[in-house]
This record gives sequence, structure tokens and C-alpha cells, in this order.
Amino acid sequence: MFVLVVGGGKVGYYLTKELIESGHEVVLMEKDRIRAAQIVDELGSIVVAQDGCEGKFLRMAGANRADIVAAVTGDDEDNLVICQMSKHHFDVPRTIARVNNPKNEDLFRHLGVDELISPTRMALGSIEQDIPVHELLHLAALENELEIIEAQLQADSPAVGKSPSDIVVPEGCSLFAVVRDGVATPLRPDTILREGDKVIAIGRADCEVALHEQLIGSIDEEPATA
Amino acid sequence: MKYVIVGCGRVGAALAEAFDHAGHDVLVVDTSTRAFDRLPVEFKGQALRGDGTDEDVLRRAGAEGADVFLALTEGDNRNVMAAQVAMEKLAVGKAVAKINDPVRAAAYADLGIATLCRTTMQADAVLGFLGFGSTGMPAVIAAVPHVHQED
Repeated sequence: MFVLVVGGGKVGYYLTKELIESGHEVVLMEKDRIRAAQIVDELGSIVVAQDGCEGKFLRMAGANRADIVAAVTGDDEDNLVICQMSKHHFDVPRTIARVNNPKNEDLFRHLGVDELISPTRMALGSIEQDIPVHELLHLAALENELEIIEAQLQADSPAVGKSPSDIVVPEGCSLFAVVRDGVATPLRPDTILREGDKVIAIGRADCEVALHEQLIGSIDEEPATA
Repeated sequence: MKYVIVGCGRVGAALAEAFDHAGHDVLVVDTSTRAFDRLPVEFKGQALRGDGTDEDVLRRAGAEGADVFLALTEGDNRNVMAAQVAMEKLAVGKAVAKINDPVRAAAYADLGIATLCRTTMQADAVLGFLGFGSTGMPAVIAAVPHVHQED
């Protein structure tokens, strides 16, 4: 597999290193010459010391035969342009972009970036998992604006004592598993939900409010515990 | 008509002044408030400090549904992204991105974004003045009707 990595910061450097170690062909683009020279010293002559946003240099680095282009610079706009140029100008089958502003995720997907890495979203997810709130928890973002969501049921949650068929879920949304006492089981029609259950659902991001109300309770209530 | 201009450099400021003078509703966005010194004192439009590629910033400033959106900062990629945010998220009527790299300008023109390329415009002007043929690269491209390739 030939992977073109653009951006020689920490992410780009370690990504390149790992890829080389697992036997892939890798070229790294880093426009800062001093940084590029440093990486050459450590990883060998696999660095093109040019701006990966310029079509001319992308071609020079082999974008026209790359299987994957990973744009991992610190600037969202650069990563977007690198992916769009790769995809539309060089027909790269798979593009990956680092996204710093979570708000840009939608736009990037919409504009044809295949895969997104969002450090902000990941950190946010980890923090939310550590805080006992009875909000919905985002476990993973999937394509087409779908996401996997976890809802922890409280004593006064409307879903407690009900089976899945009694719960009206928003259209385009489905409940598929329950985690009870650390054990995950698929939701069956005869499962009766209890306090403390974590219900795992998959659905569109805009179903969240309705899902929250059906499972956990009305959103504007003050949390009982914090 | 509502005009949004991202990047209050010489060109941005000159256009803001012209649109304002013609009685239109003008919003100028720049990351530096000093850039607004280029606007004339009698400018009646809105000048807002902020990142013009940030959807939230643009939305709060009231850029949604603007008739014309011009991305004229010094960063080609910032302009490309701002123009795409404006078209995809804010439903503006027309968006133009200044892209000074001719290769990138041509590539984005193919994707249906109206681009303005200073490099080509100036090179062509000089070549024309000296009696040479033009560079043959596009300088200003009218946006083709926006069609999504996927979905």
C-alpha cells in the first residue's frame, strides 16, 4: 500500500513511522525545511520538503499513484484542500483528514473526504465518559451523519420498566444493545429496561433530542446528580 | 442585496466601500481589527473580527442567506474553505474564492467554485500590454451551477 502523508507534525511523524514499520510504502510531505530535514535524519529519505497544498508538489510526491492520502496538518483548511485536490485532481481512492474544529466534520464529509480524525472530538468523548452525567454519550461517529450513542437510564427515566417495543424511537434511529452490570447483550423484544442500564443506539445526530426524551427524560430538567 | 466579504485587505476594503456606497448591506470579516482601518470612516456596514472559515462565526454575524460571499484573504486554502462553508452551510447566492495558485484555482473551478486568480490576472495584463499571448489559465470563472457528485 502506498500512503502519502501530508504534514510532518507529531501526528504525521508518528503515523509515518508506524506505517513504515508495518511495511508500507510511505512518502511524507512537510513544507518546513528544517522540520523536514529532522525527519529525514530519523526516518530516512522519504520526505518531500514542499507544500502539500500545491498541485505541482502533490504530483511530485506521487499523489497520482497513492492508495491513501492522509492530510494531518494542524490547519483544517489545508487538510480539506489536500484531500479535495487528491480526490478530484489525482483520483486518490481514499482520503483521510485531521479535523480540529468539530463543526467542520459535516462539511468535510459532505465535500468528499472519506475518513476524519478529530482529536477534539476524541478528547471530548473521553472526558464525557469520565463524568457521571445522564446525558447521551457519543461513542462513535459513522458515515452519513450517523452516530453510536449511549444512554444511561436513571431511576426516573421514562424507559425504565419498558421493553424496546414500548419505546417510540425517532425515525432513522434504532436501539440495538444494552449494557447491564458490565455485560453487553442484544436488545430483545422481551428485554425489560432497568435503572442503570446503558442503552446503545444508532441514529442520526439530529434525532438526539427525541431519543434523549424517550430514554432518559426531558432535556431541560436539572440533573439529579452531578 | 447582502454582501459578505472575508478578508479586509486592499481589495476587500475597496469592494466593501463600493457596495456600501451603492446602498447595499455589507458585512466584512477579518481576524485583525487593524484591517478595518482600511475602511472609510463613513462606512455604514458591519465590521466583525473573527475567523471567516468558522461556520458559527459567520452564522452569528448574519452571513446566512447572503446574496454574495467573497473570500479574499491572503490564504488560498482559507478562501477555498470559507467559500465552501458559505455555499454548503449558509446557502449564499454566489461565492467567489480568491486563489492565487493557478493550478489550485483551475482545479476548484472544475469543482464549481468561482475563483479569482491574481497571479493569472496580472501575468495576463502584463503579457497583453507587451503584445504576448495570454497565459491561457483562467483568471475569473463564473461558477457553474452547483451539482453534488455523490449521494
